[in-house]
Amino acid sequence: MKKEKIKDQYVLQTSEHHGMPRRDFFKVLGGGIFIFFRPWGALDLTGTPAVQARGVPKDYNAFLRIAEDGTITCYTGKIEMGQGIITSLPQMMADELNVSVEKIKIIMGDTDICPWDQGTWGSQSTRIFGQLMRTATAEARGALMELGSAKLGVPVSQLIVKDGVVTDTKDPKKTVSYAQLAEGKRIEKFLDVKPSMEDFTKYKEIGKSYNRKDSLLKVTGEAKYTGDMKLPGMVFARILRPPSHATKLTSVDYSAAEKIAGTKVVRDGDFIAVLNESRDKADEAIVKIKAEYSFKELPVNDKTIYEYMVKADSTVTSVKSTGDIEAGQKLCDKVFDSEYHDPYVAHVAIETHSALAQLENGKMTVWAATQSPFGLREGIMRELGMAADKVRVITPFVGGGFGGKGEFQQGVEAAKIAKLSGKPVMLVWTREEEFFYDTFHPAGVIKVKSGIDKTGLIKFWDYNVFYSGTRGADALYEIPNIHISHHSQKNGSSPVHQFGTGAWRAPNNNTNTFAREVQIDVMAAAAGMDPLEFRRKNLKDEHLLGCLKAVADKFGYVTGKAPSGRGIGVAIGSDAGAWVAHIAEVKVDKKTGKVEVVRITCAQDMGLCINPEGATIQMEGCITMGLGYTLGEEVLFEGGKILTLSLDAYKIPLFSWLPKIETVILDRKNEPPQGGGEPAIIAIGAVVANAIFDATGARLYRMPMTPERVLEALKKV
Amino acid sequence: MEETIKFQLNGKKTESLIDPKQTLLWALRNHFGLTGTKFGCGMGFCGACTVLIDNEPVRSCQLSVGDTAGKNIITVEGLANDGKLHPVQKAFVEHDALQCGFCTPGMIMNATGLLIKNPAPSVQQIKEGMENNLCRCGAHMRIIEAVQTASKEMKGGK
Repeated sequence: MKKEKIKDQYVLQTSEHHGMPRRDFFKVLGGGIFIFFRPWGALDLTGTPAVQARGVPKDYNAFLRIAEDGTITCYTGKIEMGQGIITSLPQMMADELNVSVEKIKIIMGDTDICPWDQGTWGSQSTRIFGQLMRTATAEARGALMELGSAKLGVPVSQLIVKDGVVTDTKDPKKTVSYAQLAEGKRIEKFLDVKPSMEDFTKYKEIGKSYNRKDSLLKVTGEAKYTGDMKLPGMVFARILRPPSHATKLTSVDYSAAEKIAGTKVVRDGDFIAVLNESRDKADEAIVKIKAEYSFKELPVNDKTIYEYMVKADSTVTSVKSTGDIEAGQKLCDKVFDSEYHDPYVAHVAIETHSALAQLENGKMTVWAATQSPFGLREGIMRELGMAADKVRVITPFVGGGFGGKGEFQQGVEAAKIAKLSGKPVMLVWTREEEFFYDTFHPAGVIKVKSGIDKTGLIKFWDYNVFYSGTRGADALYEIPNIHISHHSQKNGSSPVHQFGTGAWRAPNNNTNTFAREVQIDVMAAAAGMDPLEFRRKNLKDEHLLGCLKAVADKFGYVTGKAPSGRGIGVAIGSDAGAWVAHIAEVKVDKKTGKVEVVRITCAQDMGLCINPEGATIQMEGCITMGLGYTLGEEVLFEGGKILTLSLDAYKIPLFSWLPKIETVILDRKNEPPQGGGEPAIIAIGAVVANAIFDATGARLYRMPMTPERVLEALKKV
Repeated sequence: MEETIKFQLNGKKTESLIDPKQTLLWALRNHFGLTGTKFGCGMGFCGACTVLIDNEPVRSCQLSVGDTAGKNIITVEGLANDGKLHPVQKAFVEHDALQCGFCTPGMIMNATGLLIKNPAPSVQQIKEGMENNLCRCGAHMRIIEAVQTASKEMKGGK
């Protein structure tokens, strides 16, 4: 199965939404009060890669149900992968319905009973979906009040609602509960909802810290992830994989595999899988297959990719153009021309891509570790030629996604094998498969030319991205002359990326923030100014200035000109509607080139913060994960062959890497909530690079900043 | 070829007819239905499959079920006592020392083994002891805090 092909088809074939007929919906769910609404008319797709900007659903979908027993359930196509919306979404609903958070259930990622959703990514769950849901919840309260009014025979204006009970304010004995209102009914309300701005300070639950709702299940081992499911007669599958991308199977002999007790081989063209009730036996069988491939020589590796990108015949898109670059350059006292490199980086969720598929009475049910249950359903419909009502995807707990589980190849594969074998099939990718088929954070080159006048004001900014995307490419600073361009794959030209690339936590932004913030630092040093002061001087954005002040206060920042020898760096950024500023302190061993990050402080302005505890956890996670791409993570490859296929060859952050982490969330109760799962990761590369410069005078233009690269940079000081 | 293997599993004497060459990891998950022990890499690098064998944290993907005959195996399901969470589990909940939760059982088992050996570890010793258990969500700081809290509680209460 070729990934690129799937992506193309995906865009073409998903413009129509395949909703579940409402009749069937009620059959599954039963009675109660249903608040249906059509949320996506107002959906802001800014920041969503084009490939994900799918068609919007045409029919209504249930979002919220008050059941006959009074339980309130939110049905959402979003999924929980650790980011914590299982806790924060109910918080957003609780206030509107005036019930405690514990009373609200949340059912996620089941395509038969949840509303269509494009996928869980882009920090959209709170800032877009949550806002719509909160508005819908307010409508639900309105409906309950009307029902209560009819039942009690008093006007709505005379009623209050508290803890799931509607009460007559004039006669508090007159009450009716949500359960009583919903009993024996099937009430449907249909709404077109647009998110509304309002006074968030009135809320009680929103803004309160809650511990994770799912932790008890997760510490006892009871939480069920896809691989933990089991069905009668279930077999484990392993799939024959090529040793490299861009290969073709030329011969295969699986007779030895079939000799392993209990093994069955299934085949559909070049797609070959072994099945066994024992996973160990399936592992044993798969390596017994003798397969030969023809290779396509690919002219690039992890070292030459950057030059290859710059020289490639690309489509050049102007992202932003204001003022006049040449005129701006004439105003400058100093001009800086730099090139930044960022490699391919893997997602490395600890749970590998997993799926369990069962075909029963013509219906395919697939449990899958995915960020896109509806995407997977559509993938199965397409690949297996099945109708929407014949495919159901259920998403158990997901063991980390970070963008990598927006792809769902394993779910389609499991479904295919279930169909070929007639058995329930469990497919849990090996770590090697996980690295091989990962849709990496794309490698990229960024060329920046910029300049300052004698007073230290930036006068022009010529910023050109090659193949790594433009999310986070905004200049952010107050610059009169700006040009931003993106060089991307030209139709008909040979592909520059040799394997799948995709969204990786704060897609593109880690690369762009690295380039921008190091370039800013280069200019600050040349201007002989403190890097924080230089930023302040060139910024007008109140959010970013607010973050800078907050982070400096928390860190106890003392002004100094870099390189000061202290090893302190500054960087800022913006992602998913939120703003961040970081200060880091590092120690550099000049003999070995090893960088130790001692301390990172981060201030984040994310508008109204729904669950400060959850948001803080996400910030800490971002900072820790960010150290990986900053200091060590890099996918090595030669042509189509991925060389880093194990957790030994590809190192992610370890306990010993951990700096002292401090976080501040700015108090912004009067502003709408923004994304929180991604912003704090974007500036880690830059803040560490700038701290290395401050420590040593060595400037790094390339991630990750391995000891060898640090030593190399030190030679140039 | 299946054989009868006897061992202690989560406090219970267990006798099972099983292929002794099967890895302990898949035997636990598939044969005994103890799916708290996770598959993360199958090569001993990630620690998601960590269980205690005779109080030692061990990677269950790296040994066969036959090797565990006569031994005392504890998985994450066997830590809580009469519905009461083990201090390490409790501390993980209190500190929100997890996100996706997939590495959590391995972290908890490894931390429990660490505290059996060293009931009052320093932060540096916790880092060293937990070093090769991988977490991608970045819960490291909270995991260290949770281990410290559990250490205090275990010294006081057990």
